[in-house]
Order: sequence, then C-alpha cells, then structure tokens
Amino acid sequence: MSSSSETAATQATWTPDRPIVSIHGVHKRFGDFEVLRGVTFDVMKGDVVCVIGPSGSGKSTLLRCINALVPIDEGSIQVAGQEVHDPKLDKLALRKKVGMVFQQYNLFPHKTALQNVMMAPIQVLKQDKAEVRERALKLMKKVRLNGKEDAYPGELSGGQQQRVAIARSLAMNPDVMLFDEVTAALDPETVKEVLVTIRDLAEEGMTCMLVTHEMGFAREIADMMYFTDNGVIVESGPPKEFFANPRDARTKEFLGQIL
Amino acid sequence: MEDFFQWFRWLYDETGINLTILYDSFDRERMVRGFFNTIYLSLICLALSVVIGLVGAWLQGSPLKWTRRIVQGYIQLFRNTPPLVQMYFFFFALGSLMPRMENEYGIMEPVLSNWHWAIISLSFFAGAFNVEIFRSGIEAVPRSTVEAAESLGYTRLKTYIYVVLPLAFRVCLPALNNNLVNLVKTTTLAYAIAVPEMLYVANQIWSDSVNVPEMMTFLLLAYVVLVGLLVHVMNRWERAMRLPGYGV
Repeated sequence: MSSSSETAATQATWTPDRPIVSIHGVHKRFGDFEVLRGVTFDVMKGDVVCVIGPSGSGKSTLLRCINALVPIDEGSIQVAGQEVHDPKLDKLALRKKVGMVFQQYNLFPHKTALQNVMMAPIQVLKQDKAEVRERALKLMKKVRLNGKEDAYPGELSGGQQQRVAIARSLAMNPDVMLFDEVTAALDPETVKEVLVTIRDLAEEGMTCMLVTHEMGFAREIADMMYFTDNGVIVESGPPKEFFANPRDARTKEFLGQIL
Repeated sequence: MEDFFQWFRWLYDETGINLTILYDSFDRERMVRGFFNTIYLSLICLALSVVIGLVGAWLQGSPLKWTRRIVQGYIQLFRNTPPLVQMYFFFFALGSLMPRMENEYGIMEPVLSNWHWAIISLSFFAGAFNVEIFRSGIEAVPRSTVEAAESLGYTRLKTYIYVVLPLAFRVCLPALNNNLVNLVKTTTLAYAIAVPEMLYVANQIWSDSVNVPEMMTFLLLAYVVLVGLLVHVMNRWERAMRLPGYGV
C-alpha cells in the first residue's frame, strides 16, 4: 500500500491556509481540439466559486478534470495537496475528497433514494451499515426529502432526484463539491429547491465549485466568479465587480446576452 | 390411479386412440424418463449458455483486439450455422477425434458421450446469442450512470457488479427469455444423436405401437405446457424486477 502512505504524506503537507483546489496551467485536448488551454486558479477552503461561459468553452471539462473523470494533458491540479495529474493517482482517495453532482442527476435507477445515498459509503468505503443508514436519513432530511426515502428515482421529480444526488455525494463526506450545471435539466419551478439546497451547503462552509447559467444565483452566493471562453479564463473577480463592471469585451457580450 | 390408466386401455379398445404411454407401464416409464431428460438437458444448457453469455460479453469489452475477434468469430460461427449441423459437427467430427476409454464392461468408449456433446453444442449455440443479448444490455446502461459510480469511488469491477449488471440484466431480460425458450425447443435436436429426450422416446414408442398421430399430439401438447411454464416463470420474474418509473 505504498500509494496510500504517499497520499497520507501529501495530505499532511496541506494546511487550511493553502488552497484546497489548486489548478495550474491545465491543458486538455480531445484529438486536435484543445478544450482547456492553460487554466490557472485557486480555491480556498469554504469558498464558493462559480464558473460561467458559453457552451463549449471547457467549463464542464474543467470540473471533470478535478476529480479525474477526464485525464489532463499538461499542468497540475492539486486537491488538498494531492496531485490529480499523476499516473499513480489513488483515485479512491481523491474521490473521497471530491463530490460531484451532474446535470442529468445520474442516480442509480434500481435503488431507492435512501439506498442511493447509502450505497457508496457501504460498498466503496466499507463503513458500518447501520451507521451509514443513520447518516443517510439525516442527509435526506437536510435536502428536505424526508418521507421520500423509499421512492425510486423514477418516481421522483427532476428537482427531487437532483437533491438525492446531492445527498449521495455528501454521504462520502467530501471536502469539495463540484456542481456541473445541476439545474440545466430542471423545470423552472424546481430549480429553486435545488439552489436552496446548494445555498444551505455553501452557508455551512462547504467548498463549492459550480458551473452554472443561473446568474442571479451566482451573484448571490459566489465568493469568486470565473468567465471562461475558448479554454482560457478571460475574466475573474468577486461577483459585485464582475457583474457591475466587466472589463473584457467577451464577458460583456456574454453577460449582455444572458442577463 | 390404476383405474385412470386402465381407462385409456378402454379408450383404445373403443376408439382406436392408442395412448400406450398412459396404460402401458413400460412405455409410461420411458416417457417419464424422456420428460425428465428433456428438463435436465434444458436446465443444464440454460445455465451454461447464460454463463457463456456473461463471460463472452465481458471478454467483448476487453482492450485486447484478438480477444474481441475470437469472441466475434465464435458468435458468427454459431449464429450463422444451423444447430443440427453444429451438433453433427461436434458429435461426428470432433467426437471421432476424442480419445477412447475402457468402460465398466470392458468396451472401448469415447470419453465424451452423446449426452455431453448435446450439452456442449446446445450451450454454445444458445450462448452465442446470449453474448449479443448481454452486450446490448450492457451498452444500454448510460455512460453517465457509470461516471456517477466512478465519481463515487467505484472501481471498474465494482461498477460492473453493483451498477452495470443489475441495470443491463433488466434491459436484456425480454430478449433473454426469447432465447431461452428457443433453447428449450432446440433440445429436441439431441434426438439426432440418440439422447433419450422426449422426442427420441416418442419415436421409440411409435415404432413399437404404430401410434404416430397420438404421440405427435402428445409431444406438441407437452411442449406447450413445458415452454408455457418457463415463459410464465420468466414473465413473473421480469415483472418482479421492473423498476417503478424507470424505462417506461
């Protein structure tokens, strides 16, 4: 188990005054197409970061690189001191730290809502079933779905499924939560219930990275905004400034189209 | 019970409808054995063909090109040739190459009997279709669901066991049912290499008693009941596995 002792060592070097996610000079190519062309930024623990930008600008790819769903070609991504761009990467250790919520919820349709939340801690982390169950019930309550524990994903609305997906990620006790356009597939009425859940999390101090098109929400909860276009970060800043006085022409144009 | 059997002797005397398998204890016993041989052959081949299907579908996902090609070749060979030809090939072509062993009466005998060859050829025949059926089921599981499992720390094997296979199985159950029904019906081909299943026994009986129409009618009805039972069980299973609000 050399890899686990190594990660323990790198973990020990990480202190809360250093960024929990540190992205440096990241390049990612799909064939000839370069999706990410040198992205660099840091996220501190407890920060809420929103990444916006036109479709195809590499926002989702960036999030997927952070938990190693997509390998990067160049650069470095560190999560709590652990290098993601490393052939000897301990994926389990990384994915324990990073929770991810997807646009299409991606719940396991053959399991009930509660089982979806309980599965990974039991099957992957081998935690005690009774303990996990207790925690899962609390999480269901936290995402305001108590009473829906025994419903199958197919019996839940999109917004409810997305909240189960959030609870499922939280059950792994992650340090960082990644949200990949989590409200893009939802009806306008149900968007709010998901956003409220995310805001609760942010207020509790969870480090969150969101790719989103909900500008109002981003302005409200973000500590930092990043605008990506063509695989680079064009502009960044605290939301107040970012929305009031965008400097770059592309940011202006994008915000003009959306707002 | 004996009165019930003797009624069929009376039926024969009165009408000429000759159901020896009911009133003649010798014929009755052979037919019962034939019936159980059919069930035995069916169950063994069902189980083996499902195993072949699962292993084949797993190998088809292999990164090695030649592994995938061999599986593909196997499927083509068994899907594109008649099952009777396959059985003859196994029994007469491969069977004649097998070493022989002395049996308990001191007679030289091939190591693999006609029973073995029937089981092998039928299992591989149905297995070829099962590989394709399972593969289609595995491919029907959305990539995004697999990614969700990966992002929760599942390894490839654990993702397969806990997420992909349970979903794939539900998708391919109707197609699997069809193939298994087909397999049960195809066991009658074992007749051709003298495996004493129902058709073979029926043939023996009508050679002795010249009651071909009666035996053919009986056979037809027996298979209606046998396959009907299998279909009923599989349908119930399919219903029990159905997920509320999924895939409708």
